[in-house]
Amino acid sequence: MINYFGKALLASCWFMLLTLPVMGIRLNSVDQTVEWQLGRVALLGVAIFFLSMLWTWCFSRKARGQAIVSLPPAVSGSLKQLFSLPGRNAHTRAVSLGIVLVVMLAMPHVSSFYQTNIMISALLYVMLALGLNIAVGIAGQLVLGYVAFYAVGAYTYALLNQAFGIGFWACLPVGGFMAVLFGLALGFPVLRLRGDYLAIVTLGFGEIVRLTLLNWASLTGGSGGIKDIPAPGFFGMDMDINMSTMFVYYIVLAAVIITIVVISRLKNSRVGLALQALREDEIACEAMGINLARVKLSAFALSSCWAGFAGVIFAAKTSFINPASFTFMESAMILSMVVLGGMGSIVGVVIAAMILILAPEYLRAFSEYRMLIFGAIMVIMMIFRPQGLVTGERRRYRITKLHGNAAKERA
Amino acid sequence: MSQYSETPDARRNETMKPEDAATSAPRPVLEVEELTQDFGGLRALNELDLTVNEGEIVALIGPNGAGKTTFFNCVTGIYTPTEGRVYLHDAQKRRHLLNGRKPHDITAMGMARTFQNIRLFGDMTVLENVMIGRHCRTRTGIWGALTRTPFARREEQETIDISYDLLESVHLAQFWNERAHNLPYGAQRRLEIARALATNPRMLLLDEPVAGMNPQETKELEELVRHLRDSRDLSILLIEHDMGMVMSLSDRIYVMEYGSRIASGTPEEVRANPRVIQAYLGESDDA
Repeated sequence: MINYFGKALLASCWFMLLTLPVMGIRLNSVDQTVEWQLGRVALLGVAIFFLSMLWTWCFSRKARGQAIVSLPPAVSGSLKQLFSLPGRNAHTRAVSLGIVLVVMLAMPHVSSFYQTNIMISALLYVMLALGLNIAVGIAGQLVLGYVAFYAVGAYTYALLNQAFGIGFWACLPVGGFMAVLFGLALGFPVLRLRGDYLAIVTLGFGEIVRLTLLNWASLTGGSGGIKDIPAPGFFGMDMDINMSTMFVYYIVLAAVIITIVVISRLKNSRVGLALQALREDEIACEAMGINLARVKLSAFALSSCWAGFAGVIFAAKTSFINPASFTFMESAMILSMVVLGGMGSIVGVVIAAMILILAPEYLRAFSEYRMLIFGAIMVIMMIFRPQGLVTGERRRYRITKLHGNAAKERA
Repeated sequence: MSQYSETPDARRNETMKPEDAATSAPRPVLEVEELTQDFGGLRALNELDLTVNEGEIVALIGPNGAGKTTFFNCVTGIYTPTEGRVYLHDAQKRRHLLNGRKPHDITAMGMARTFQNIRLFGDMTVLENVMIGRHCRTRTGIWGALTRTPFARREEQETIDISYDLLESVHLAQFWNERAHNLPYGAQRRLEIARALATNPRMLLLDEPVAGMNPQETKELEELVRHLRDSRDLSILLIEHDMGMVMSLSDRIYVMEYGSRIASGTPEEVRANPRVIQAYLGESDDA
C-alpha cells in the first residue's frame, strides 16, 4: 500500500513538474506580466495521483491473474450463457438471438429517421469489420488499406449508374466482383510478403486508390465526387425518403445477416481451417500441403468482396460519394473494430463495430474528446485485454466414436 | 546406451528379413543424388547422396551445423537446391522428380515432415491441427463450405473421425479439444507426428523428434515410431542427436559433417567408423 502511494506521489510530482511551463505559467501580453496558475497544475497533480493509483491497482490484479472488473455473479453468468459455445446453451442462445433480431427488425418503425440513418451506417461498418476480419482476424494478413475495396464498390455503382443507368440490384454483384478483382490485384504482388511489409504495401494500396479517385477527375469527378446516385428500387415502387431509408436499412440488415452466416460457415470449413493455419504459421502451413498462394488469394478475395458490397450500399444510401469518405482513417477505424472485438471472433467484431460507431453518435457532448477517448480505450485494451472483447469461441466437433452418429441420433 | 545395444539388433534383423532381401532388391522411396545447396559463398550441402527404401527407418546424424535440417528443407521444397536431384517413388513405383516443386505439392505427393522447433498451430485445438493435415487429401471448396452439400458434410465428418483416430494412435486422444500450445512438450512433438501422418505420407521426415524429452518419453517415442513404421506403408528418415535411440531404431545411418556425407551404413558399421569417431569426439593426437 505504501508502495502504491509512493509511486503515485512520484508520478504526480513528475507530471506537475513537466507541465509547469505549459500549464502553470501564462504571459499576460496586455500588462506584460507573468501570471502563475498553480491551481491548475495542482489539480492535474491530484488527478494524476489517483489515476496512477488506479493504474497500479489494475496492474497488480492483472499480475495476479484476476479479472480487472469482476461483475456480480448473476450478470457474469448470464453474459457467459449468451457468449457460450453453441450447442451447450442452444436454447438461451436462440432466444437471445431472436430478441436481437426482433429489435433490429422493429427498429426503423419505432425510432426516428435520424436514428435509422445512424443504424444504417453502423450496420455498414459491421459488414466492413466482418469482411476485414476474414483477412486480418482469421487469416492473419494485416491489411491497412481495406477502405480501398469499399471505395471500389461505391464507385462501381456510382459510375455504372451515371454512365449506363444500371440499377442498384444489378450493380450489387458487380461491385462485389470488382472489389474481388482489386483484392486479387493487390494479392498477387504481396504473396511473398508478411507482417510489417504486407501492412505497408496494403497501406500504400489504399492511398493509391484514394489518390486515383481524387485526381482522375474526368472519370470520377475528382474531389467533387459523384452526386444523385439513386437509392435502391423495389420493383419500380415510388418511395419517399422515409420509405427508402427504411428499405435501405432492411437491405443492410439482410446483408449483415448473410455476411454473418457466410463467415461463420466459412470459418469452420476446410478453407477456414486453412486460413487459420495461415495465421498461425506459414511454413508449417505449406508443409501440411496447403497451397499458400491459393489460400492467401482467397483470403484477400473473400475479404474484399464484402467491402465491395458494403460500398455499393453506401453509395446508394448517401446518394453522394467523394474520395473524402475513403481515407486511411476509415481503414484504421475498421481495423480497430476487428482488434477490439477479438481477432477472428464474429460476435466480438459485431459488438465492437456497434460500440465504435454508435458511442460517438450518442455521446455528441464529448465529441471534442472523441479521439482522445478512443486512443485511451485502445491503449487500455491492448494492455489489459490484448486478445479483444470476445475470444476463445471454438467450434465443438462431433466425433462419431465419442458422440455417436449424428444422422442416427436424429432419426 | 548399453541397455539398448542387445535387443534392438535382434529386432532389426527380424524386420529386415535378409532372406527376402536376397530375392527382391529393396525398393527405394526417397532418392537423393548429389544434392548441393549454396547460401551465398557458404556450401551448406555438398553433393549429398541418400536413399531410403520402403519400410526402412534411416537416421541422419552429425554435429550441429552439419546441414541436416537444410537437407530436410531442400527435400521438402522449402529451399530450392542449387544442384542435384531429389526423387520420390509413389506406390505404383513411378519415380517423380521433386526439384522445383512447391512444398504443398511435395506433401501431396506423399512426403510429410515435423519440425525441429515445434511448429504447431498453437491457438487451434489439437484435433484441428490434425484436421489441417487432411487438407491436401480433401476437396471441399468455398462453395461446398457455404452450401454445406451432403458431400461437404460427409467429407468433413470423415476428416474429423480420421483425425481423431490419428490422435489415438499417438496417445493424444484425451487432449483432442485442448489448445495445442497448452500441451506438454512431449505431447506437442507427438501431435506434430500425428499432423504429418494426416497427410497420408509414404515418406515421413522427423527432425529431432525426441529433443528435450526425458529418457522415459524418448523410449516411448521410439516405440511409437517403430509401431508406425510397422503398421503403415511408411518409410522414415529422422534427424536425431540421441545416439541411444538412433542406434536402436535405425536400419541404416548416414553421418554428415560440414554438409558432406562422411559415413553411412548399419549402426554397427557407423559406430566403428574412425571418421565418425573423429567427427564426434574430436581428433586425438595419437590417432
